[in-house]
Amino acid sequence: MSAPHIPILRQGKVFQSLDVQTVNQLGTEDPAAEISFACADMIKYDLHKMGEAREALKSFSGSELVEITQKAGELFLHGDLPIGTEGELQSPEDYVMSLAATSGLPHSLIRFNMTRLGGLFGQIDDIFKGLSRGLSWDVLDKGYGEQGGAPVSFSATTNELAVILPSNSPAVNALWIPSIAMKVPVLLKPGREEPWTPWRIIQAFIKAGAPAEAFSLYPTQHDGSGAIIRRAGRVMLFGDDSTVKQYENDERVEVHGTGYSKFVIGEDEIENWEQYVDSMVESVSANSGRSCICTSTIVVPKYGDEIAHAVSKRLAEIKPLAQDDPEAKLSGFANPKFAEWINEAVEDGLESSGATDITAQYRDGERFMERDGMNYLQPTIVRVDSFDEDLALREFLFPFASVVECPQSEVLEKTGYSLVMTAVTKDVDWINQLFDHPEIERLNIGNVPTNRISWNQPHEGNLFDFLYTRRSFAFAESA
Amino acid sequence: MTADEAKAQLDERVREMMAWHFSEETGCPFWLDWMAEAGWDPREEVKSYEDIVKFPHFQDEWLRDEKNERFVPNAYKGRPFNVFETGGTTGLPKQRVGWDDYKHDYEQFSEQLSDEFFPKGGNWIMVGPTGPRRLRLAVEHLANVRGGSCYHVDLDPRWVKRLIKRKELDQVERYQAHVMAQAVEIIKHRDISCIFTTPRLLASIGERISISDHGIKGCFCGGTSMTPEYVRFLQEEVLENKAQFVPTYGNTLMGLAVSIPSELPQKDYSVTYYAPQPRAVLRIVDADKTEVTKDYGEYGRVELTTLTHEFFMPRFLERDEAIRREPHEKYPWDGVGDVRPFGALTKKVIEGVY
Repeated sequence: MSAPHIPILRQGKVFQSLDVQTVNQLGTEDPAAEISFACADMIKYDLHKMGEAREALKSFSGSELVEITQKAGELFLHGDLPIGTEGELQSPEDYVMSLAATSGLPHSLIRFNMTRLGGLFGQIDDIFKGLSRGLSWDVLDKGYGEQGGAPVSFSATTNELAVILPSNSPAVNALWIPSIAMKVPVLLKPGREEPWTPWRIIQAFIKAGAPAEAFSLYPTQHDGSGAIIRRAGRVMLFGDDSTVKQYENDERVEVHGTGYSKFVIGEDEIENWEQYVDSMVESVSANSGRSCICTSTIVVPKYGDEIAHAVSKRLAEIKPLAQDDPEAKLSGFANPKFAEWINEAVEDGLESSGATDITAQYRDGERFMERDGMNYLQPTIVRVDSFDEDLALREFLFPFASVVECPQSEVLEKTGYSLVMTAVTKDVDWINQLFDHPEIERLNIGNVPTNRISWNQPHEGNLFDFLYTRRSFAFAESA
Repeated sequence: MTADEAKAQLDERVREMMAWHFSEETGCPFWLDWMAEAGWDPREEVKSYEDIVKFPHFQDEWLRDEKNERFVPNAYKGRPFNVFETGGTTGLPKQRVGWDDYKHDYEQFSEQLSDEFFPKGGNWIMVGPTGPRRLRLAVEHLANVRGGSCYHVDLDPRWVKRLIKRKELDQVERYQAHVMAQAVEIIKHRDISCIFTTPRLLASIGERISISDHGIKGCFCGGTSMTPEYVRFLQEEVLENKAQFVPTYGNTLMGLAVSIPSELPQKDYSVTYYAPQPRAVLRIVDADKTEVTKDYGEYGRVELTTLTHEFFMPRFLERDEAIRREPHEKYPWDGVGDVRPFGALTKKVIEGVY
């Protein structure tokens, strides 16, 4: 299909800007999309009107919105949905091709993420129960009710959930999808190279019967993002440690930062390490290593060299392939400079005598590679002598992990924050210590890859708690 | 006026200004000393606007490093001058001395305004940088010339720039809210028909009240670059297509370059500015070879030459770039379009802070 125009959506209304930017297909001069850009002040103006969008959603019952969400999931996966401003339709296959053209993601990974996202819509009921600890939708419809025999009332903290989306990970759209059933409109700022997924999800929702007013989409520049972050009632964004630090005291802003996820083997299980190589490989490389739930550090009490070599051998099989190769698991970089910067950071860390790139012995060619006009970084396992090495606790946007030996008794002290920790152990005392540790967001006990999560248990922030606050209440007898 | 007549008028002005600024009786010490050091006489060698390239680029640092008295033409000796400041966040700012230029510039500008949208006798409000800036007196003079009075709400852009550099964006918003609160109170409670402000402040006022519903019919705006989309937003949404938006491009060193507001919708809100020739001339030059004028339709750096009896400033390179546009029948000389900060596409510029 020809390059569509992705307009601004202002509470569902299509708006074509005079500020139009062309996003080319990666590695070519051929346009993939023309995108309307919104100015910051337009977004500020529209934010004042988001109460109307929320009213539109509130006119639906929770059960109606659950049904709409489930139907939207089917449409997202299988439907022909509007794209652009000329009445064109986008098939699921068109979506895959468009996203591949601008993001560098292999078709196989896009389809994987698509299936994962599509599945989430269908689980909306379970997700809400998980997030709200079993609340009935009726409570949101009425504003009050009972939960576990106790009276409860919840009010929305905001008229909109704003999300500053990245360009490199379509799966993060999963984070906002439940907001619609929870009757909170969304205001999305897509990544420049990835307007496709939020657009398609929105169209699926609208075709399924959701009110168009509940969806605002603003491609915008840095100042527009700033306006959203400063003005919206609730904001989700993605960033590094400095971004997390910047907003740590702002209850409106939830930053999804670096995951520092870890795969740890206990002293009681280390002799069986060969049984866990599959899990470690999946944990490091799933979704091309781009998720914050991918393992970036493997911690073991001994056999560090052997494990580093075993995982390296397997990861070296993951190579840059043609985007449409069904076996492709490695993503190219939409911004080619990113690959160069990341590679430089890894090389800087490897200048230390305490850090060795084990994968270099097994892979074909250098870590940094070009193929079909795109830049790739091949998987990399670095064996480090201690946690003092620069690369011991680093996370990059490609399959990368360090392997470090550490006595079990020091693991919690040395590893710091972990979005996900898989601990392969049966040592009950240690398991209890792990459960008691506040810096582990999601804990898997046993041989579970870190990238496997469940939507009804939030691993980073709880959307319901973010969007609703509990109040106490009473009705006088005369009421 | 035809394009040929405009060119003849400009060349005549150039000769007149050479005679004025480089003679002992009327010139200022700065230029007379410059001529002595340069070893050539502009009165002999600069006979048309094209000859201006014989001068080097005027350096605005001179307006900071030289004493102001050195820019006083001998013809104005003994007459107290106004001091107008430009730019700067710390240290001694750049200053331009003047007497009546601002009045001439704004009287000329007044003639370009529509009486329908800027009614004669209507009061004005100026919301923006006042203090030591030329605009403070100029906008009030404009209001007075048109038979109205002018209210003022001050905003200190130097403070805002410092806040932005320190990334104290919350403070920026609080300061802006403080300014807005004052402006909104005056607009609500006084009879005001016209406003001068900057684009951002205009949008900010419009967030709080309906500007046109409070009696404002015309908005004269200047200060920062605006994309066509932003111009459309201001005209159609902030002013609700009820009041007229008049973008201008100018500064303390030039005066006001005007646009043609009635044509903006047909031009997809791409704004072209025309300098107040022959008092000032704008040229779009090749940034790497500034004696070369860019072709029509091409972006280049903005070069300003000011040619008044009070102030001669040849070939000053503005910190902006713009598209060279064809002359207009109303203004039969080159225009500059879609102005943006010089190097906007390659570096981060703190611009449009207020």
